[in-house]
Amino acid sequence: MSDTQTQTLTATCPECGAVISFDRQPRRHEIVQCPDCGTELEVVATEPIRLAVAPEVEEDWGE
Amino acid sequence: MQTNETNHWRTSRQCHSDPSQTHEKAPMRVTLLHSRIRVEERLLLDELERRGIDARPLHADETVIELTSDRDPGRPEILIDRCLSHTKAAAIVRAFEAQGVDCINPSSVIETCGDKLQTTAALARAGVPSPRTIAAFSYEGAVQAAERLGYPLVLKPTVGSWGRMVSKINDRDALDAVLEHKAHLGGVQHGVIYLQELINKPGRDIRAFVVGDETICAIVRHSEHWITNTARGGRAEGFPVTDELNEICVRAAHAVGGGVVAIDLMEDPERGLLVNEINSTMEFKNSIAPTGVDIPAKIVDFVLQHAHAGVSRGLA
Repeated sequence: MSDTQTQTLTATCPECGAVISFDRQPRRHEIVQCPDCGTELEVVATEPIRLAVAPEVEEDWGE
Repeated sequence: MQTNETNHWRTSRQCHSDPSQTHEKAPMRVTLLHSRIRVEERLLLDELERRGIDARPLHADETVIELTSDRDPGRPEILIDRCLSHTKAAAIVRAFEAQGVDCINPSSVIETCGDKLQTTAALARAGVPSPRTIAAFSYEGAVQAAERLGYPLVLKPTVGSWGRMVSKINDRDALDAVLEHKAHLGGVQHGVIYLQELINKPGRDIRAFVVGDETICAIVRHSEHWITNTARGGRAEGFPVTDELNEICVRAAHAVGGGVVAIDLMEDPERGLLVNEINSTMEFKNSIAPTGVDIPAKIVDFVLQHAHAGVSRGLA
């Protein structure tokens, strides 16, 4: 991903290829939802922003 | 242990000072343990940074603790637990506590709240009203417990959240089916069978947020489904914190060790408010707007007051 993409805070959905825009610099491990396909995504890198499908919920996860 | 924990929180509150001033003396580094940065974690990190605190997210999977040394350079000063995995949260917090790290909530609270059997036992010990509940540890025991409770009843996993695998059991056939499924799921935890009376609640339940000695706000969750969890589509709106609600919630919070917890309550037509569950890493993103309460700010206030009191070191 290029510097331009970093400056404009965008990344590509790994599931459907949609370009996702961020209104602020996301944090690593932040969870976002693709507005096109609805997939839950995790920010795995921030410079540049890179997304991966978020891990599945595990059995002992909760509040 | 529980009594000491409760006293500990009380001590920290007695040292309370003006929250607007606490950040000036605040320790520079607050670590937020997490499994993912959701809205809640982002709001907490933002709030810490807004106050000039060096807020450091720490992913549970990236945590490495040298248990035999308390000089680990990665050791946090203060840790806020927001980890989704009950198992990892309890283990990481316990390990850090052993090294003198202030953790909110403490591992004892995480362990009690993360296990429904332990929560119910703690509530019963403290005399806090809760639904009638029986634990069984075999097929035969579960059948016996169900006969004692009567149908319909609710069967829950002791560990887990968001209403997952919570089953309404209408009759013996349904009980047999669920028990057979549990037997085939594997995992030792399924050998603990937690059965509870079904409360005839009025299509809603209450969630109250307790920070220290105060119920800071509450919501009511409506749903056509008997599970009213907002994670399952329940609709939330603000709910007034009456003296009665505050009193039972603070008692319930103290019963599990206090700190920052969310109390789930149901309204029984005869018995009134019953405490159902307590959550030690509460979700609150859907509760800020309906209550008008800045929940992350309240949590950060508590963390900083607690940090300044500095009374929890060595409490492991």
